[in-house]
Amino acid sequence: MYKYDQYDQAIVDARVEEFRDQVRRRLAGEITEDQFKPLRLMNGLYLQLHAYMLRVAIPYGTLDSRQMRMLAHIARKYDRDYGHFTTRQNIQYNWIKLEECPDLLAKLATVEMHAIQTSGNCIRNISSDQYAGAAADEIADPRPWAELLRQWSTFHPEFSYLPRKFKIAVIAADEARAAMRLHDIGIQLIERDGTLGAAFYVGGGMGRTPMIAPLIKDFVPAEDLLSYSEACLRVYNRHGRRDNIYKARIKILVHELGAEEYARQVEEEFAHVKALNIDPPAAELERIQAFFAPPPFDAADVELDRSDPDFAVWLDQNVKPHKQAGYAIVNISLKPLGGIPGDASSAQIDVMANLAERYSFDELRVTHAQNIVLPHVAKRDLYAVWQALAEAGLAEANLDLISDIIACPGLDYCSLANARSIPVAQKIARRFADPARQRDLGELKLKISGCINACGHHHAGHIGILGVDRKGTENYQLLLGGSGAEDASLGKITGPGFSEDGVVDAIERVTDKYVALRADGERFLDTYRRVGFEPFKEAIYG
Amino acid sequence: MKILTGNDLASGAVTWWAGSWWSRHVEDAVDVGEDGEAILQREDGARRVNAPYLIAAITTPEGPRPAHIKDRVRALGPTVRPDLTLKPADPQAGEWVI
Repeated sequence: MYKYDQYDQAIVDARVEEFRDQVRRRLAGEITEDQFKPLRLMNGLYLQLHAYMLRVAIPYGTLDSRQMRMLAHIARKYDRDYGHFTTRQNIQYNWIKLEECPDLLAKLATVEMHAIQTSGNCIRNISSDQYAGAAADEIADPRPWAELLRQWSTFHPEFSYLPRKFKIAVIAADEARAAMRLHDIGIQLIERDGTLGAAFYVGGGMGRTPMIAPLIKDFVPAEDLLSYSEACLRVYNRHGRRDNIYKARIKILVHELGAEEYARQVEEEFAHVKALNIDPPAAELERIQAFFAPPPFDAADVELDRSDPDFAVWLDQNVKPHKQAGYAIVNISLKPLGGIPGDASSAQIDVMANLAERYSFDELRVTHAQNIVLPHVAKRDLYAVWQALAEAGLAEANLDLISDIIACPGLDYCSLANARSIPVAQKIARRFADPARQRDLGELKLKISGCINACGHHHAGHIGILGVDRKGTENYQLLLGGSGAEDASLGKITGPGFSEDGVVDAIERVTDKYVALRADGERFLDTYRRVGFEPFKEAIYG
Repeated sequence: MKILTGNDLASGAVTWWAGSWWSRHVEDAVDVGEDGEAILQREDGARRVNAPYLIAAITTPEGPRPAHIKDRVRALGPTVRPDLTLKPADPQAGEWVI
């Protein structure tokens, strides 16, 4: 885990005190809401339906038990005893008081956390693979590079007022577990002739105009990663549209210029940027990389006792292979039957922190699918971990199944939403409550957004749901065939929308059709791609 | 009927114009008739409430309720957390806005 140096700590502490003064002036009536709003947003503080909402950054989704316990403390002391883990690998608190926010941020700063750049038209929290440092298929640990990008993008003066917000993902495996090609820049570390470098995918995103990022450079040497990123941003900052918020994201620029022309301009800019010598010296890179050195793995490989059937099911569904023999990656589902996707109580957050400290070399990860990962658990400890999770209501064995639903907060919390997402997720989970049925359906990624902004990634769902407002009534459009993985694709709208109950029925017709049509070993998405859209549309609408 | 709503500046809590003060309970909201804009201007200047705005409402046996679902959710709290609504003891509270 990266540890702040004196500069990191100093800028975060200074920002807390600056915001404390801004809050004081706002509460004293010295500045108006129009003046204050951009200041609070720069510190991650939104005003949502019921209260202020604070979005706390979790850099590349990685945190330790001390930080996790602080998140639990914040939930208990400053919120209503729970937090919501998001599709950006962050956490949000829904009931924050403005007058208490500076103290809250000061406490976060004591554990090297903040809410800076979790809003606004700047480079947001860098996302990454939740299995980084543990996955057998990665060619390098992506986190040092994500950390480098975090430091580069933090308070970057040139990129603090971009045309729109900007999201970067860094991965290092062919299996894309962080929706990489649906980011403004998706960076995949690769190796060529023994040299580490990166492929750059630029211009992806969801929202109103979803796009899959095209490859604009197949190999950038690792030592040029910052310079090349800077060049990508500069071209966007110069030519991105500022006259129309709906056309301001980089995906529109890349689409309108064409990937080839955008890449040409980046190359031209890169020649200038490279001369600025902004890439870190080897010693600095090594300093950062040292924080992410593998932990001292020393557990012997063991044969797991699968005699407890519930444990065996959880093992098969939620536990993934680790690159180190004797260890495993544990996925903690935050999708209990009928629960709220991504929500965890302070007590549950504490339990996860304790388990990380005791069993996972003090590390946790937040996934874009709104789950938590213990990345390094010795196989001999898996049963004890599972028992502790079960006791805390955290042992749902449904990873990547139909009830492992991504859902944005929707109209229950969000001022932008047009329809509620969470109740739909709950109804679907209950409809498919039978664990055996879920496992029979296999991998099926269902994603729900309560508005076109697509925080619930509905475009990338094997089955996606988009909530809309139809004359004051909630209505739900159904999409099929999306994927945020390495086989990225965008879902296609099936046709007229449904009521809340109607969309649950429609999904069951889709899954019934899949069961009728699937070939051996085919996932839902495989069958859909093989047979096409029409059989499913016919099943839905008759 | 027309009622006024906003969020309390310090706490962020949803508030409703109750005639001479801001209440946290939608039941206290009063019909502002044609005076809404004038009250908004005055209250915006007083800076007690963030971004107050005027909405359409209906009369129900429980009192005034916003006409649109978004403000009905604001009025009672998230429909998926009945324990956090203003009527935690009422078993119907969580279903009220549906």
